[in-house]
Amino acid sequence: MNVRLYIWQRLTAALMVPLLLVHLAVIFYASRKGLSAADMLARTRGSVSWALFYGTFVSAVAVHASIGLRTVLTEWTPLGTRASNIAVIAFGLLLAVLGFRAVVAVVLI
Amino acid sequence: MSLLARRTSPLWLAALVHRLSGLALATFLPFHFLTLGLAIAGESRLEGFLRWTDQPLVKLSEGLLVGLLAIHLLGGLRLLALENLAWREGQTRLALAAVAAAMVVGFVFLASVF
Repeated sequence: MNVRLYIWQRLTAALMVPLLLVHLAVIFYASRKGLSAADMLARTRGSVSWALFYGTFVSAVAVHASIGLRTVLTEWTPLGTRASNIAVIAFGLLLAVLGFRAVVAVVLI
Repeated sequence: MSLLARRTSPLWLAALVHRLSGLALATFLPFHFLTLGLAIAGESRLEGFLRWTDQPLVKLSEGLLVGLLAIHLLGGLRLLALENLAWREGQTRLALAAVAAAMVVGFVFLASVF
């Protein structure tokens, strides 16, 4: 992993620490009496705060997971650096597209 | 230290657990996002899927995922501290404490949903 990717991975990791703690708290809170779509969407729909929170989360996780996956592919598979880069860029884009679509689904629509 | 001894050391195992938990979470994430995206087609679509997740085996899997999220978070925190703060003894104990704490988080989640 080069220095630029190393710094991006550590920065996104540090950024996600408080986001993950809040997300874990939300998971516990939302699941305590059984998860329901009505309760979930009542909390999130129209909320700029949740849109920013999960938008930031999706951005950070797409970068963090892609860099981590790149390390795994280059160290554990016969894929070369170029093929690994292409695979993880595709994976990162997939995460970003599906993640932002999910944010739109639970916050905006 | 021999290769075998290195690969059975608790800190090597901690690094392996961190990597495997990250891989599992990265595999899960697209499906998690697809599920939440069901709300685009309406609340009832999402509700229908959530009722499917009421099955005990699915709840057990969710507990495992919550545990994996906790172990990856705690393992990552240990790594960030190791790289950015002054060296401190007891890294093995910290790694074991992270595993124990993550298991507690997973079991508390299961206790709250069953």
